[in-house]
Amino acid sequence: MDDNVRFLQGNDVCVQAALYAGLEFFAGYPITPSTEIAENLAYHLPRQGGKFIQMEDEIASMCAIIGASLTGRKVMTATSGPGFSLMQESLGFAIMAEIPCVIVNVQRGGPSTGLPTGPSQGDVLQARWGTHGDHAIIVLTASNHQDVFRMTVDAFNLAETYRTPVILLLDEVIGHMREKVILPEKGAIPVVDRLRTSVKAGIDYHPYLPREDGRLPMSDFGGEHRYHVTGLFHDMWGFPTTNPKIVHGLLRHLNDKIKNNISDINRMKEYFIDDARTILISYGSSARSALHVVHNRRARGERIGLLELQTLWPFPYTQVAEKCEKARQIVVVEMNMGQVLLQVKRAVSRPERVMLANRIDGVFITPTDIRNILRLIHGKGV
Amino acid sequence: MAVQDYIRKRFFPHLWCQGCGHGIVLNSLIRAIEELGIRKNDLVMVSGIGCSSRITGYVDVHTLHTLHGRALAFATGVKMSRPELRVIVPMGDGDALAIGGNHFIHSARRNIDMTALVMNNQIYGMTGGQFSPLSGPGVKATTAPFGNIDHGFDVVKLATAAGASFVARTTTYHVHQMISILKEAISHKGFSVVEIMSQCPTYFGRKNKLGGAVDMLDYFKSHTTAKGSDAHKKDPLMIERGIFVKEDRPEYCSDYDMLVKELQLKGDA
Repeated sequence: MDDNVRFLQGNDVCVQAALYAGLEFFAGYPITPSTEIAENLAYHLPRQGGKFIQMEDEIASMCAIIGASLTGRKVMTATSGPGFSLMQESLGFAIMAEIPCVIVNVQRGGPSTGLPTGPSQGDVLQARWGTHGDHAIIVLTASNHQDVFRMTVDAFNLAETYRTPVILLLDEVIGHMREKVILPEKGAIPVVDRLRTSVKAGIDYHPYLPREDGRLPMSDFGGEHRYHVTGLFHDMWGFPTTNPKIVHGLLRHLNDKIKNNISDINRMKEYFIDDARTILISYGSSARSALHVVHNRRARGERIGLLELQTLWPFPYTQVAEKCEKARQIVVVEMNMGQVLLQVKRAVSRPERVMLANRIDGVFITPTDIRNILRLIHGKGV
Repeated sequence: MAVQDYIRKRFFPHLWCQGCGHGIVLNSLIRAIEELGIRKNDLVMVSGIGCSSRITGYVDVHTLHTLHGRALAFATGVKMSRPELRVIVPMGDGDALAIGGNHFIHSARRNIDMTALVMNNQIYGMTGGQFSPLSGPGVKATTAPFGNIDHGFDVVKLATAAGASFVARTTTYHVHQMISILKEAISHKGFSVVEIMSQCPTYFGRKNKLGGAVDMLDYFKSHTTAKGSDAHKKDPLMIERGIFVKEDRPEYCSDYDMLVKELQLKGDA
């Protein structure tokens, strides 16, 4: 078992987990603070017979993984703010054409070139709404390396299950920090394989006709079934249509397949929530500081707890409302100007209970920062 | 296999205007594929956005209709992932060389084994007649009502300089030449570029008072000449047709496979 214990950067853990989940194709472009993911895969993938390609930009990287996914591969790209912005158009294509893929965004300070080496969690809403048009998306995050491993594997599993892009929203602290991680044995975490059609060659295959359970079995490009894939609204053969009934049905399907499965997609961790008068809500690296505060104050008998979100989208509005029902104060700890705060206020009854503890200066939010804000909230001054 | 077995009949009639050159390209492309005897399951066609891109919908192979300008980037993912598949990428002039210019030169530089068609009608047809990077100065377009001051690319020179190992040009008038060039381009191992001058009577022809489709085809006949011909020496403004580059060069996917094999031999895998 000791062989499985490692001391790694978060970006390295993401690579190990992606390979564990069956990653076969990676296309990317160098950008801080995600570059180590590309560097590590440039080393590992060819050694395992997988494919690595450095493309001419992030637009091309995202397009290339979609093309590769259609041939039946598990695919991923990794980037940060500016590159993630460039990927938005093709991300929409993957949503529309229902192509499984994983996009890692190791967040840095923005807008624009911003703070390439500084931590931030400013892309939460971009991950949700960055590409145009009504759509649904799955976004996962993690606060420590063991969870980075698990969430990376889960990202691949959800992408395959729901035939959709999944965004893994890490941040600079998680990406570059080194800490202990135990790499799970093969089989310890379930890995979802691609659902392929059982329709035989020569029989009409409908790539966009959902089964009763909502899933759409795929057929690899190069296989027995030849069909059309387009970013236009399309019928069950994938051929473009403007028929209002079909357009309406497809848009509903793309949104419902995620919205109706929140209970399957949602992942959250809770610490001392049951009797908590103050609940901190956090995610990613900020949740580390929040957890530190909670442990310290619990030791002194304070009724404080932490709700750590791991699925940011679809946002678990109902679950958050239930957990927070009895709390007097709810403090959202994040490194942006209140992107998750906005969702929590929408989720809970008496939203005047919800307050923000944040930093937006490119410096990691510390337990001391949170403690100072809590003192102000509780009327104790700094 | 008969030529008509390569098309998806149920989606006809096609959406192109009467007299459009793109139907001639479709016809010639299918004939080239049929004459080469390529299995439908072994062929992937990837297109971008524009009039040209709709060609993929009509062909009964694996077809991927992507984003404006990005066809080659999607195609790179397909080819790199499954090098055993043949990949043909039909694009328009704006599609391939304005928004897609970066992917075009980098695909050529990698010399990845696929065939890029530039269906050059010198105009954005789908959006209603704006000038493209292949329109050239003096051309009238909806976004150049007083005449274009934008200079055009020479596709052949651009593709050659960027590293494409097969570069050719033909027109929709010269159908037999088109079929023969397409066959060579598709069979070529490496990045092959074929510029096909195609007529758009609806927008380019009308805006520039070039007459109907027949007049425009006649223009291709009278204003182009075989590469290196006497006619071109006498009148250098004549546009040359033919194969300009055909070289054996290391191909991207083969090199990658070799790298993987070397790692395995070393026992490093």
